[in-house]
Amino acid sequence: MGSMDEAATSRIRLLNERHIRRQKRRTQLTGYLMLLPYLLVFVVFIIIPVIWGLVLSLTHYNIVQPMRWAGLTNYIEMFTNDDLFLTAFRNTLTFAIIAGPVGFLSSFLFAWVINQLKFRNAFSLAFYAPSITSGLALSVVWLYLFSPDRYGFVNNLIIRTGIIREPILWTMDPDSIMPLVILISLWMSLGAGFLTNLAGLNNIPHDLYEVGAIDGVRNKFQELLYITLPQMKPYLLFNAIMSTVAALNVSDLATAIAGFPSPDYAAHTIVVHMNDYAFTRFELGYASGIAFFLFLFNFTLGRIFMKLLASDD
Amino acid sequence: MNGLAKRIRRFRRRFTWGWFFTYAGMLVLVGFTALPLVYMVSTAFKPIDEIFLFPPRFFVRKPTLSNFGDLVAAVDSQVVPFLRYVINSLFTTIMTVVLTVTITSMGAYSVDKIKFLGRKAIFRIVILSLMFSPPAAQIPIYMAVSRLGMIDTYWALIVPNLATPMYFFLMKQFISQIPDSILESARIDGATEFRTYLSVAMPMAKAAISTVVVFSFTANWNNAGGSIIYITKQAMRTLPFAMSTISAGGLARAGAAAAAVFLTTLPTIVVYVFMQSRVIKTMAFSGIKG
Repeated sequence: MGSMDEAATSRIRLLNERHIRRQKRRTQLTGYLMLLPYLLVFVVFIIIPVIWGLVLSLTHYNIVQPMRWAGLTNYIEMFTNDDLFLTAFRNTLTFAIIAGPVGFLSSFLFAWVINQLKFRNAFSLAFYAPSITSGLALSVVWLYLFSPDRYGFVNNLIIRTGIIREPILWTMDPDSIMPLVILISLWMSLGAGFLTNLAGLNNIPHDLYEVGAIDGVRNKFQELLYITLPQMKPYLLFNAIMSTVAALNVSDLATAIAGFPSPDYAAHTIVVHMNDYAFTRFELGYASGIAFFLFLFNFTLGRIFMKLLASDD
Repeated sequence: MNGLAKRIRRFRRRFTWGWFFTYAGMLVLVGFTALPLVYMVSTAFKPIDEIFLFPPRFFVRKPTLSNFGDLVAAVDSQVVPFLRYVINSLFTTIMTVVLTVTITSMGAYSVDKIKFLGRKAIFRIVILSLMFSPPAAQIPIYMAVSRLGMIDTYWALIVPNLATPMYFFLMKQFISQIPDSILESARIDGATEFRTYLSVAMPMAKAAISTVVVFSFTANWNNAGGSIIYITKQAMRTLPFAMSTISAGGLARAGAAAAAVFLTTLPTIVVYVFMQSRVIKTMAFSGIKG
């Protein structure tokens, strides 16, 4: 009896193992197949262009003349011989240091508050609305509101209250350009982080809060600290990276508001500088160098956020 | 009478100054964020003399539809009818959104929930690519599009936008929140991996899908770049391109431009409202009270 049983179980185990192995292989194959379409587009339209951009950054290339190897000349040129690049770098940093953290924190705060309100659908629509509209289309509206003459809505309002007599030169005065760009960009870009946070908050299982209440969570603040924030980590990481990338890449809005070149280069950012070299001067090698430098800078900041907010991978 | 008294009493019990100030504060803030939008809508319906009024007025006095007529006339006067731009935009945007959601969610699911070799490395590379500034790759992407023979086809407006790393990352973060135990029980019931993805994981990731739909619809609907760079035939160009030619018309077309901005914005708002209501509904169905 005993030996027969043993033989049978070992046979069954063998069959089982073979079955499991076959199933595993099939699952893995499905995995690869499901990833394939994304991977294909990703490699062709992102990875290869990025590598190609890196190669270009090590050359002198202007479409007309044949490509010449440059080594690190482009990068050295940037920091030693291109004052305008340094201005752009400084402007971008100023912008990013203010717009990045303010955008990140407020998009979470507002999502957290609005998620607890009644009529939250209406609130969130009004809050997300600026991000829905295309920035360039709306910049027409902003240009009108902050028009640097008496016709401008804001100027008109302040003049009528009697605080000032002469209109403020919002988009023409180098001192007020950057604050204006920051304000408008915050107003327009809060929505993306806000929406991600809102979705994330909705994804937190409700029983966690009930368990928390039993475990002695007293008020909203403790709830935020011990339940909500730990659950939101993946979304916060996502938003931190996205708001950094967005802040460091600001360009369209800056030129839409201040024009190109902006007065005293007050709104000259790295990407504006890069676009100038790429699409008006066609110095693609140098432009790619700027792009790659920006990538490295972005990447370093991204690593820091990941260290701070990492969960498992 | 009694009902009203009860409601007042319930309201009194719930009312605290903290909530009152929260609501008041949020209303002011939301007023600020909605301000230029209200202005945009109101300007779209302003007759031409109100647009150039001094001192300027925020709200429209005598609403008119003449700006929309001007708009259609301005765009229609070229060889291509206005409707053609709308259809081009709708077709390429919807295709992009549907394909993006499909391939991104499949890829994110497989990277997060199926154990196969190299998945971690692939996700690392996706994260890395998040930090590359999109304008930087424009020239090499153009080379890729032209090498693949996509210039002057609708594909050029669709395919290069499909693999946005940001959506992949977002989707993966959401899917990783789905407990493995739920997927495992589906597998034990004999569901194939693809079935598990489609019927178990996807319904649970509706919040992520809706978010990606809104992001990707907005981005592609408003994007004039592809239409300018990859398309030379006027009949294949999209709405934002047509709009940019109107804004370039200067003061004489200020009314038409305002109408154009209004019309371009409308579909994105519709998509947002629709997707957002779905998110809330899903939550109610899955037993998670918001």
